[in-house]
This record gives sequence, structure tokens and C-alpha cells, in this order.
Amino acid sequence: MAKFEYAPAPESRAIVTIRPSYGLFIGGEFVQSTDGSRFKTINPSSEEVLAEVTEAGEADVDAAVRAARKAFDGPWGRLLGAERGKYLFRIARILAERAREFAVLETLDNGKPIKESRDVDIPLAAAHFFYHAGWADKLEHAGLSGGSGQPPKPLGVVGQIIPWNFPLLMLSWKIAPALATGNTVVLKPAETTPLSALLFAEVCQQADLPAGVVNIITGAGETGRHLIEHPGVDKVAFTGSTQVGKAIARSIAGTRKRATLELGGKAANIVFDDAPIDEAVEGIVNGIFFNQGHVCCAGSRLLVQENVAADVIMRLKRRLQTLRVGDPLDKNTDVGAINSAAQLARIRELTQVGESEGATRWSAPCTLPERGFWFAPTIFTEVSQSHRIAQEEIFGPVLSVLTFRTPQEAVAKANNTPFGLSAGIWTEKGSRILWMADHLRAGVVWANTFNRFDPTSPFGGYKESGYGREGGRHGLQAYVMTGATR
Amino acid sequence: MSPAATRRNSSEPNAAADQRIEVRKTYKLYIGGAFPRSESGRTYEVRAAGPAGRFLANAAMGSRKDARDAVVAARGAFGKWAATTAYNRGQVLYRVAELMEGRRAQFATEVAAAEGLTPARADRVVSQAIDRWVWYAGWSDKIAQILGGLNPVAGPYFNISAPEPTGVVAALAPQHSSLLGLVSVLAPIIVSGNTAVVLTSQERPLPAVTLSEVLATSDIPAGVINLITGRTAEVAPWLATHQDVNAIDLTGAANADNLSWAELERASAENLKRVLRPAGDGPGAVEPDWSRTPDLTRIKAYLETKTVWHPKGH
Amino acid sequence: MSSTTAAVNARELLGVGALTNASLTRWLHGLPGVDHVGADGRAAGLTTRSIKTTSKAWAINTAITMIDLTTLEGADTEPKVRSLCAKAMAPDPGDPATPQVAAVCIYADMVPVAVDALKSSNIHIAAVTSAFPSGRATMAVKLTDTRDALRAGAHEIDMVIDRGAFLSGRYLQVFNEIAAIKQACAHEGTHGAAAHLKVILETGELATYDNVRRASWLAMLAGADFIKTSTGKVSPAATLPVTLIMLEAVRDWRGLTGAQVGVKPAGGIRTTKDAMKYLVMVNEVAGEDWLDPARFRFGASGLLNDLLLQRQKLATGHYSGADYVTID
Repeated sequence: MAKFEYAPAPESRAIVTIRPSYGLFIGGEFVQSTDGSRFKTINPSSEEVLAEVTEAGEADVDAAVRAARKAFDGPWGRLLGAERGKYLFRIARILAERAREFAVLETLDNGKPIKESRDVDIPLAAAHFFYHAGWADKLEHAGLSGGSGQPPKPLGVVGQIIPWNFPLLMLSWKIAPALATGNTVVLKPAETTPLSALLFAEVCQQADLPAGVVNIITGAGETGRHLIEHPGVDKVAFTGSTQVGKAIARSIAGTRKRATLELGGKAANIVFDDAPIDEAVEGIVNGIFFNQGHVCCAGSRLLVQENVAADVIMRLKRRLQTLRVGDPLDKNTDVGAINSAAQLARIRELTQVGESEGATRWSAPCTLPERGFWFAPTIFTEVSQSHRIAQEEIFGPVLSVLTFRTPQEAVAKANNTPFGLSAGIWTEKGSRILWMADHLRAGVVWANTFNRFDPTSPFGGYKESGYGREGGRHGLQAYVMTGATR
Repeated sequence: MSPAATRRNSSEPNAAADQRIEVRKTYKLYIGGAFPRSESGRTYEVRAAGPAGRFLANAAMGSRKDARDAVVAARGAFGKWAATTAYNRGQVLYRVAELMEGRRAQFATEVAAAEGLTPARADRVVSQAIDRWVWYAGWSDKIAQILGGLNPVAGPYFNISAPEPTGVVAALAPQHSSLLGLVSVLAPIIVSGNTAVVLTSQERPLPAVTLSEVLATSDIPAGVINLITGRTAEVAPWLATHQDVNAIDLTGAANADNLSWAELERASAENLKRVLRPAGDGPGAVEPDWSRTPDLTRIKAYLETKTVWHPKGH
Repeated sequence: MSSTTAAVNARELLGVGALTNASLTRWLHGLPGVDHVGADGRAAGLTTRSIKTTSKAWAINTAITMIDLTTLEGADTEPKVRSLCAKAMAPDPGDPATPQVAAVCIYADMVPVAVDALKSSNIHIAAVTSAFPSGRATMAVKLTDTRDALRAGAHEIDMVIDRGAFLSGRYLQVFNEIAAIKQACAHEGTHGAAAHLKVILETGELATYDNVRRASWLAMLAGADFIKTSTGKVSPAATLPVTLIMLEAVRDWRGLTGAQVGVKPAGGIRTTKDAMKYLVMVNEVAGEDWLDPARFRFGASGLLNDLLLQRQKLATGHYSGADYVTID
């Protein structure tokens, strides 16, 4: 029995009301499906059913796209940027007002610790809307209009598909810039995490957002396919697996639909012998165990300089023993539940592979709950570049540790992957940070920090991690007409 | 007598309600987050616009010492305000707009009286003023992205230019546009992290004082904005010569009595203040058309640019 | 001076034939750096722990037992010190089950008063010496100061390092001063066992986290039994990030040498909430071996009353007030 046991500190569920069932949010109202079906969404930490939601069918998707088109051709398209901005400011403020409610709901539906949904997901989502609200009437200054001095034109109806790892945050990354630039939206949240998007629909109503500007259609792969393929959609924005991203790229080929894709990663977190060691250990832990490792830009490969590898690994293992795995609604939980049985199966499969490939497996000692989907934070050492666990995205709390001798070798190993989303560099030497950053083929480079996000900071990948950027001035690009070809 | 007549003739509560005497506002200075009277003890009469303008209120007649105190307050507040994240500054400014919206009726009454506008027109002006403030609030976390950037120097160096607030900015608020013009001059100063000492319109200071009440109940830290009512020609030179003021906006020199903006600019040269000249051509000064959406001129006027180099090597 | 036990041990640890300023510099400057933002982030992250019910009760009682109840004013008099000692022994007259504090922390010339006042208890007497708080005096004065306190009966000595010497890189001088005072503690106390030595780094004057790390290691090398953040006379005094770095230092020192050094944040810790943040940090950074008054202390005065108010609330279920704790 530990000297200082933290007593249970549960966040109350009472703040959020979950309806027993949800329709689709189309044209400003919740409506019943015409040709869809129903499925359940559960709490992955307990397998408790939270609600029944609708799987939108093809006709439903069509209705949503038509509603978005009607709003675009109608009231929304005619609004001045400043007035569009005011709607976004309202949404930002309401999200901040209802922050605790959203945080609890997100934790229930996703399995992530309340500490994270409360301190990271929800505040960033509100900030995203706030930032983009301010762009709505300043687009002529954003360098997008090829020097005309006029605000660039929006594209029209945008079809957006978001993943289950940061449901509300990914929604804000999609909807905020789309609306700020004058588009209308049909958004499909992930099938395992629909609830915060459905609650967001209520926020749209509270903000008096004109009907059809935002439409939320729930469903799984088929619903997503109907949305992507719908001829009435001018642009597609997708965050999810590389495999599906490629399918989307194939699907829109030959059309004039534009797409931005934010896909998978296998980021290298590179620790040099002169790293600020205690902060580097925090950065490694944050890089792969934050959000249970369900992060596209996770630092899932630790590249540690050989001469300090033993020390870093010792410190890392020691640090992992203070990670608290358990009830996501407990305010002291650091690592929550795996989002679904399917994801847990994938993680288990790949960690089995890691063992059979010859890497050494170590897991943090922790008691996992009986019900729900759980995986102990795990480290593989003695991993080689050719091991599958060094190449394939596991998307779970599993770290693969490799070593290097020189900066050039670190760069080569870091870049030796079809992915290119992010990278981390840990060293006290400024010039090395900048040299490494120049040479790393990754869309986001974190030096002496990791997993930092900000609405002003563009995010996106190289190579098979996708194309296009979200956030910042650069992120507006994808939602407006540009010059000649695209 | 009918009951109605009895009521009209008596001193019962219903009759007293018709005769209710209003609680009139006192208009003071706004310095360091507080509302002091002028240290000089002086006031002056503020009258409604027009030839036979009725008495509105006594406003504090700010002195050079009030201006001195305001600069001290502004300087004291600068470090923290400049270090506040752009996101936070944007939030703070947006909240001011929320509070202005809540007070729109009061603003409209004062603007109507000050500028001789119809209630409908005054109402539109107040809407514009609030929207102007919101427009500037949204700039706080975008300025660096537009005005800063990486410089591709010819060598293995990381080189970045970033805008920074210059410090304490003195401003002569427009003489005619008592609210819309005021916010158009004030918001661009503080959105980037500068602090402000503003001399309000001499004849139309009351909306500015009401704005200071909004500021005092908002999250704007004490000293970030300081508002001084009084005679422009008396106080302006003290700000123009003040060595601890980094920039000066001469917009309100237009239509000001006994004031030469050229003189103020000359005085400002002593510590090389950044000077924003009044609108107009040649020696003349006019008040601009505040209804037009601004560009970045007023934000840029109070920014320095810092360029940093760092080698890139392993 | 270089024949102190500390110097002998240091030569061996550094692997040098002679302990010079240059060798000390290389060793201290070879320690890993601290990323300021990262350290602040880790400290802030630990403050999100929510300590409730049984763990809160444990933490409050534990915190009380870790207090060095302090009065260090020029205006201190015998009645003031007696009052402090009485409170140390029985913090809450309304609840005799309230634990006692670890020690009283006073100026050296007040030690005889405290010895008499505390004679019926096990509470230790910690005296601040070595020209506290500035440390600006000759070594002879600092040693005399220390010896006087020891002879009067102090169990613990809280010395200050010479910050001027540290900041100008005269590490050997700082080392030697600590080692000499440690030697006095070992041989000139009046209580049988050696007096224990706390070394005050005055982190507010050291300014950078790298300096806090180096000063911590220097003090431990020179024989500190405890490293202490501040005199409480300079702002900022104790902060969570600075204490984090010191906890990392004592953790790693044990890894290197097997010896366990204590940590004492002092100054600016006023509320129960503050105290619990520190206990969480001790627990998760250094480990539960440090959750003991022998290894962790709070240098505080007002903190005790806030802990008592919180203790009363846990016991009664309602909020208490200033009238229900004594001011002295």
C-alpha cells in the first residue's frame, strides 16, 4: 500500500444529459433518417451503452448536402465576413461556457482522461473557433487572393470526415476555417465518438446559426463514402487513416473536388546526449502516452543517442511507474481506455508482432479494470529499423525505442518512413535544432517540447501523412478559391 | 373627485414616480484603473452639440500632472500587457465589445447629444463602434502572421522578423467622432500589446468616459488604457515632449483649438517618437471618415520589428 | 580546508587528485541542462492532481508534521519565541489529537529560549546561521554564528550559501564554506548525534533553473543533509518548479551515491492547497521515501493555520474561520 494513495476523485457525470437516441442534424434541426439505420455508441472504459445514434443512408447524405447548398446559396453566402465572424465568436463563447459539459461527454464517449478533455481538447476547440472568428472579415489580408485586395471566394459545400481520437477538437479544426471563409459544412464524426458533435449541433442552435450552415450526419464508412462521392460537395477534408485517405484521393480523381488529408504517422522523437534530460523524459511520455497514444503525430519512435540510451530508458521506465491508468472520469487518471475493441485488437496484434520480431517488451505495472478496453503503457527496446513495430502505426500506448550515433544517422532513420507528419528534437544546442529541423521531412517539428497545438500554428504532413495544413494563415488556403489551376 | 384626479393632485407614490429626479453621473478621469478627479481640481462645462447646446455635465479638466500620472500608469502596465499571449489579449478585447453591447443604449444617448445625431443615427454609430472594436480584437493573434516572417538569408542561418509593441502610446482622440473615432484610434494601439494614454475629444468627452467605465469593468488590466478629458491644446504638448512616451497619434489635432500638429511633431522628435500624422494633405489636418473599414496602418504604426539570427549546424 | 570529509569524498566522486575550482566547474557544468518551459510544464501538470477525502486528511496531517514553524524577524523577543514553541507543541487547542510540527526555525540567539520552551517535546530547534539571510560576512563570523547556535542546543542548522561567490563561479569557495559548517555540525552539537545541516540556496537570487540544479549538486557534494530553497526574505521564495528541480537532484544523488538528502521549500507557501501540490510533487518525482519529516520540510508560518482550518473542515463538515485558530 503506497504511503500517499490518492483517493478517488471522480468528475460528476450529472452535468451532461445524454439523450437515449439521436437523429441527424440537417437544415438546423434534428431529423429522422429516411434510409439509414441505427447503431449504438458505448463508453469504452466500461462498455456501457451511452446512446443510440443514426447511421445516415445515401438519401440522408443527399439531404444534408442539399441543405448546405441551400444555405450557401442563400443567407450564408450573402453575409458580410464581419457578421459570419460574429456567429463564430458566439460559438466560441458558448463552447467556453459549456466547457465542463463537453469535457465530461467527450471522456464518456472516447475514453480519454477527463484531465485531458478538460485541459486540452475543449479549450483548444473553443480557441480554434475564436481564432477563426477573427479571420472572417480579414481574409483580404491573409495573402490568399493573389494580390487583388479582395477577400477570396469560398468553395461552396464542404464534406468533412473526422476521427475518433479528438472528436470535438477535430470538429473545430474542420468547421471553424470552413465557416470563417464562407463555406457551409456537412460533417461526419467517427462512428465510435458521435456524441460531442451532436451536442455541438445544439451549440449551433443556441448561436442562432442559420439553418444548413452546419449539418452533422452520423455513420460509419459507408456514410463517409456517400459524402465523399456526392457530386454536390466542392471540397473534402479528411482526418483519419492513410489507407482511407488514399481511397479518398482515388475517389475524387478526375473531378474538380479539392481535398485536404491529414493521415497517419510514425514520428521520431529524437533525444541527443545533451538533451535537458528530465524534460526530455516528459516529452517522450507525453509524445506517446498522451491520449493513450491515439495521436496521428505521436512520438511513437524514440530515437535516442546510443551513449545515453541506457540512462534515458531507465528514467523512462521509472517515470512510467507514476502514470495512473484507470477510470477516465477520475481527475487523477493519466491514461484512459482504448477507444474500441477493434483498436485494442490491433494494438495487441502489433505488440505480439513486436515480440516475435525480437524486440524486448516492457510494460508499466498497473492494474487494468475488468470491463472496458485497456492496454498498459508499453515500451519495446532493441528495436531495429526493419521491424514492423518501427514502421507501422500502432495507434496505441506503445513506444518503439531505437538508437543512433550521429545527427546525420538520426535524420536518416527519422526520415526513413513513408510517413512524415511530425518529429521531435531534444538537445540544448540551438544550431543543431535548426539544422535538424531543416533536414527532417515532417510537417511539424517540435524542439524541446512535443504535442503542442495552437490555432495559429499550421498542422499537417509530408508524404503519406497527407497534404494540406490546418490552423494558422496557411490553413485558410484549403477553403478558398485560389488562382489558376486548383 | 375621480380617483384618477385624486392621484394626479396628491403626493402619493404614483405621482412621485412621474417626478422622479434622476441620479446624474459624475464624469472623471480614468487613470491606472481608477477614476480620479483632475489633480488640478478643475472642471469644465460640456454642452450638447449645436448652437444652444444644453448643459450635459462638468468634465474633469485634465492637467499636465494628470498626463504625467497616466504615463506612469501606462508604463507600469506595459510589461505585463505586452507579455500576455495574443490569444488572451484578443479575448480581453472581445469581452470589452460584449460589455459595450450591453451598454449600447447609454452610449447612443450620449453620442446623440454630443454629436447632434438622431437616435437612429446614433444607434448605427454605436453599432459601428462595437463592430470596429470586434474587428480589432480579432487581429491580436494574426498580426505576427501577416507582418512577421522568415527571411531567406544567403547563409546557414535561421532568420526571423517579428513585430513587437513599441511601448506607451499617446493619442489625441478625434474631436468630432466621440465614440466611433475614439475606438478606431484606441483599439489598434492596445491590440498588439502597447498601452495607451488618450486625450479625449475636448468638446465631446462624455462617451469616452462611459467607455472608461466599460473598460474598468472588463478584464483590461489597470493602466493599459488611460483616458484624460480636458483641453487638447493644454495637455497635448506635455505628451508630445514626454520622454517616456514611445509614440504619438496626432489624429485629434484636426479641428482642435489653438493646436499645431507640426509643433507637436517637432516636439516629439526629441526622443524620436513614432508619429502618426493626422489625416489630410499638406499642413492641413482633417478628421477621416470613420465609417470605412480600416486597413493595418494604425496597427503597424506602433510596432517595432525585431529580427533574430541563429546558425543552423549540427 | 580541503581536508574536510566532504573534500575527500568529493575528490573520489569527481575522480580527481585535487579538488579545484576548475574540476568542480567541469563537473557542475556537465550536469544536464533544465528546459525552463518544460520544467514549468511538469510542475504545472502535477498541480492538477485532485486530493480528496482520506488522502486529503493524510496529506494535511503529514504536512503539519513537516512544518518548520518559523519566526525570523528583527523584532523577535523571548515571549514571541515562547509563543511559537507553544503553538508548535499544540497547534490546535480545540483538538489535542492534532500532530505536532517537526521543528521551530529561529535566529541563533533565540535558541536558549526555545530549548527551555520545548524541553518536554521532541520538536527540533533549527537555527539560521552563517550571516542569514545575506550570507555577506567573513567565514570566521559565519562559523562563530554556527557554533554559538550548536552550543546553545540547536538540533539543526539552516545555513545560507554565498550567492555572490556562486554567481561569479567561485564554486570551490562555496563548497569549502558548506563543508566547514558541516564539520562544525558534526562535532560541536550538544545532542549526541550530529546536528543536521540544511543549505539554503536562495533560489530567487540564483535566477535560472540551471543554477538551481548546479547549486543543489554542489551543496550535496559538500555534505548538505537538506537542501532548502529560500530564506523567505527575497522574492520569489519557494516555487513549485524550483522545488521540482531540487527533488530531481536529490533523487539522482541517491542514484549516484546511495545517500538520501532532504528538501525544504521555504517562503510563500501559505495554503493547504499549496502544501498538497508540494506533497504530490515529492511523491511523484523523488518518491515516497521522501514523504517523511526526516526528508521533507516546509519552511512556513501562516501555512499551519490554513492546514488547521482545513483539518477542522474535514472533521466537522463545514467551513471554519479565523477565530477558530490562534494567531500565535
